Parts: sequence; structure tokens; C-alpha cells
Amino acid sequence: MAYSDKVIDHYTNPRNVGTLDKSSHKVGTGLVGAPECGDVMRLQIQVDDNNMITDAKFKTFGCGSAIASSSLATEWLKGKSIDDAMKIDNMDIVEELALPPVKIHCSVLAEDAIKAAINDFRVKNGMAAIESEKVHH
Amino acid sequence: MNLPIYLDNNATTPMDPRVLDAMMPYFTQKFGNAASRNHPFGWVAEEAVDYAREQVAKLIGASEKEIIFTSGATESDNLAIKGVFEMYKEKGNHIITSVTEHKAVLDACKHVEKLGGRVTYLPVKEDGLIDLELLEQSMTSDTILVSIMYGNNEIGVIQPIKEISAIAHKYGALFMTDAVQAVGKIPVNVITDGIDLLALSAHKIYGPKGVGALYVRRKGPRVKVTAQMDGGGHERGMRSGTLNVPGIVGLGKACELCQQEMESEAKRLSALRDKLQSSLLELEESYVNGNTEHRLPHVANISFKYVEGEGLMMAMKDLAVSSGSACTSASLEPSYVLKSLGLSDDLAHSSIRFGLGRFTTEEEVNYAIEVTKKSVLHLRELSPLWEMFKEGVDLSKIEWAEH
Repeated sequence: MAYSDKVIDHYTNPRNVGTLDKSSHKVGTGLVGAPECGDVMRLQIQVDDNNMITDAKFKTFGCGSAIASSSLATEWLKGKSIDDAMKIDNMDIVEELALPPVKIHCSVLAEDAIKAAINDFRVKNGMAAIESEKVHH
Repeated sequence: MNLPIYLDNNATTPMDPRVLDAMMPYFTQKFGNAASRNHPFGWVAEEAVDYAREQVAKLIGASEKEIIFTSGATESDNLAIKGVFEMYKEKGNHIITSVTEHKAVLDACKHVEKLGGRVTYLPVKEDGLIDLELLEQSMTSDTILVSIMYGNNEIGVIQPIKEISAIAHKYGALFMTDAVQAVGKIPVNVITDGIDLLALSAHKIYGPKGVGALYVRRKGPRVKVTAQMDGGGHERGMRSGTLNVPGIVGLGKACELCQQEMESEAKRLSALRDKLQSSLLELEESYVNGNTEHRLPHVANISFKYVEGEGLMMAMKDLAVSSGSACTSASLEPSYVLKSLGLSDDLAHSSIRFGLGRFTTEEEVNYAIEVTKKSVLHLRELSPLWEMFKEGVDLSKIEWAEH
């Protein structure tokens, strides 16, 4: 299976690899997936006092498409409010990276990681977690 | 050195130019049908097929009359298993095989089950070898066939064939082996190994794709299989269909070359493989899968923990290897062979198979070592699991959300 140019670009030059201080109350961390399934994503956001995401970092254990999906997610998160970030849809990632059907689960995982990171931040800061009611494609 | 480097010789091998040279005349000038008995075109083709039959037979210690040409090992496996079941079902309906067999064997056995057969799928030990005591305990008076592969395609483990065939024969069953990965790589002898049926393929031994053979013993005992392809009664009635003369000539030549060069090649390849393996094991948390003592000379299957196989292969883009990772298959299930060794799914996802071959050079192996090491280290920098491992987090204690 050939990878799209965008997957190769994100895979070869992953953006925002790294770790934020997960104990900080300004940092939200989402850890999703499972080693047994061959995909684990950890996505972290740094949020300012206006609930704007000022920084995002990731580390991913997974295939090229999983790494590219999380790299892209960190790019999209920076500069967004946590409310807008909650609206990022996995199908946007599929479209942007031209993921084939067998790799759609990578985008689902990235969306889950975004939501988990935001909810971690929300709970840490006295807000209720937002349950996703979306049915994944 | 040309890139990319091919280290996937268990999947297929490049054809040896000497094999191609032998085949070429049989496409154009010597195009006859080997079954045309009444003119020189047919005779020339038949002669070439007979010669190839001798070359194949010689490599495995058989007689030329015992070689049935097929379209490849998948067909040979199907013909052997379904053909024996149909031929001997009055005698019994039980077949024993193992869980690490190639899909051609496993799926042919599943087919036999649908026809009313009973199949025992033996588990393997942690090192990939079958348990001989368990095999013996599984034998019944209804057992007509034991089918165990010679060398495994994913981990290269060589089964104790002599001991297995002795157990099969002790209980009056036939012994069949899928020897696709072993023939031409290590000495295989149907007499001393006690083999009644053996499947082999040309494209794994530097021959062309689309041709293989099934060895069917003629004496002590005389083995018969029911044809699975009806037609002109070629190949002693066991496999109808116009013979693929150029392919068969290529298979014969490939066998002859293996016979001549196997001994020195096995030494050369096992030295290169050992170098590759020991260099890669210098990486922390890397493990060889399967028995390393009873193993084909050209294979090493290694798991690099906390790195996912397909992601790793993408980083090693100039190396053609394969992985037990689920991401390489549509099923999203990691390798059933690795799982049957008791490997956890995450280690199965982290495995890479290196398969060296006749045209692999030391320079290429050195390059492969360098690229693999660099890629593993790079991906570990990206891996949250590696970071957690380094921080001393017990990953087995985390409640993962399986998806």
C-alpha cells in the first residue's frame, strides 16, 4: 500500500513531538489506544487562561498513518479554543491525509486523543467532561 | 550498492539469471506441448520436463517418477491434503497438523473438516517447535495423515521431521510436509526424513513464480492422492493440465543450482544472518522470535519492543522486510504464528522478519543494521510506551482502552 505524500511528510518530519508536564493544571493529557492493538497515542495540550490552546505535543506508538494523524492533530490544535478543538472530526483528518479505509481507525484514535486531552484539562479545572455521542464512521 | 535492499526472501526470491537462461528457449523455439507424443516438438518438451523431474528429485533424494508438477506450493498442499483425505477416507478421517502452518495447509484442512474430516491443530512450544509427546498422544487409529511444515516461513524454525515422521508411521499414518522454505536451503531427503508427501515451490529458490511440485512416494508405501483437477490425466493422473514447460525447466534448474551451492550458501548466509542478529540485539529490549538452534540459515525474526512494526518498516524505507504487525494486513490481527508462540500482541506488532538470500551482500547487511538501529531509536523517541518504560511505569498495569 502506498502512503500519501502528506502522510509521508508528517511521518518523516513529525511536528510537535514531545512531552508536557502532565501534573500541571494547565496541561491536558489524552492517552488512548492499547499496545495489543498496535496503536497508542498520547496527546497533550497547554491551555492559557482564556481556554486557548497555546501548545500541543504528541508521542505515538503505531503505524505511519497513526503517527501522521497525531502530528497533524497537534498542528490543528495550536491556536484553537478548547471548545473549537472539541469539534475536530476524524473525517477531517482522513481527508487531509488521504487515509485509505483500513487506516481510518488511526484518525478515530487521534480524535479520541484530542477529546481525552481536552476532558483531562476540563476535569482538572473544575469543568465537566464532555461525553462524545458521535458514532464513528 | 543499489537501494532499496531486498531482505524479504521468505516471501519470494529474485530469479537467478542462470535459471532464466535455461528457460528462454522453451518460450519460443521449443514451445511444444510435452503431451504431444507424435512429433519432435512434443518430444523436445517432454525431454526437458523429464530432465527437470530428475533435477527436482535429486535435490530431495526422490526418484523422478515421484515428482508431480503443479502451479506452486499452495496447489501442492491442497492436492496432498485433500487428495489424501479423499483417497484414504475409508481408512480413517483424522488429520493432524499444527497451528503455525502456512494458510495453504490450514485452509485445506478446514476444507477437509467441511467434508466430514476431523483435524487436530497441534499448538507449538514457546520456541515454535511442536511437542512430540503431544503429537503421539493425538495419534488415533483413524489418523491418516500428519502434516507438519519443514521450516517455518515467519520465524524459520525447523521442526524435528525425522521424529515426527517416525511417530506418524508408527500409527500407520502418512507424513506430509510443506517444505517450501527448507528445500534448497538445507539438506532435505525424503528417504532419511521419512517423508511420504512433500510440497515445494520454484519462486522461493530463485526460480520462476507459478510452478511447484508435489513429491508423492511410490514405494514403501505406495501413496496415492485423488486428483483435484480433472482433465487429460497428466502427471500420472494426479494433476491434469498442460505442463508449464518453461516453468518446469526453471524449477529444475533452480533445484540443480541449490544442490550445487547449498552447502556454501548456507554457511555464508548464516554468518551474515548471525551478524545482523547480534548487531540488532545490541539494541535494548529487542528479542529473537523462535528457536535459534533449529532454524533456517537465512532468517531472523526480531521484535523491537515499544516500536510498531509497520511504522518501523516505513522508517526503513530502503529495506524491503516484512512484519508480523497487524497494520500490514487488512484483518488488524497480528501474526498468528507469533501469537502461537505465546508472544503478547504488542511484541507481535513489534516484529520484523529479515530474510536473506543468494544475492544479499555483506555491504547490504551492514547497511540494514545501520538503518534498522537508527530507525528503532528514532521511533522510540516518538513512542509514549518507550518513555513510560524508561520512567519505570509498568505498562501491564495500565488499563488500556482497547479499540
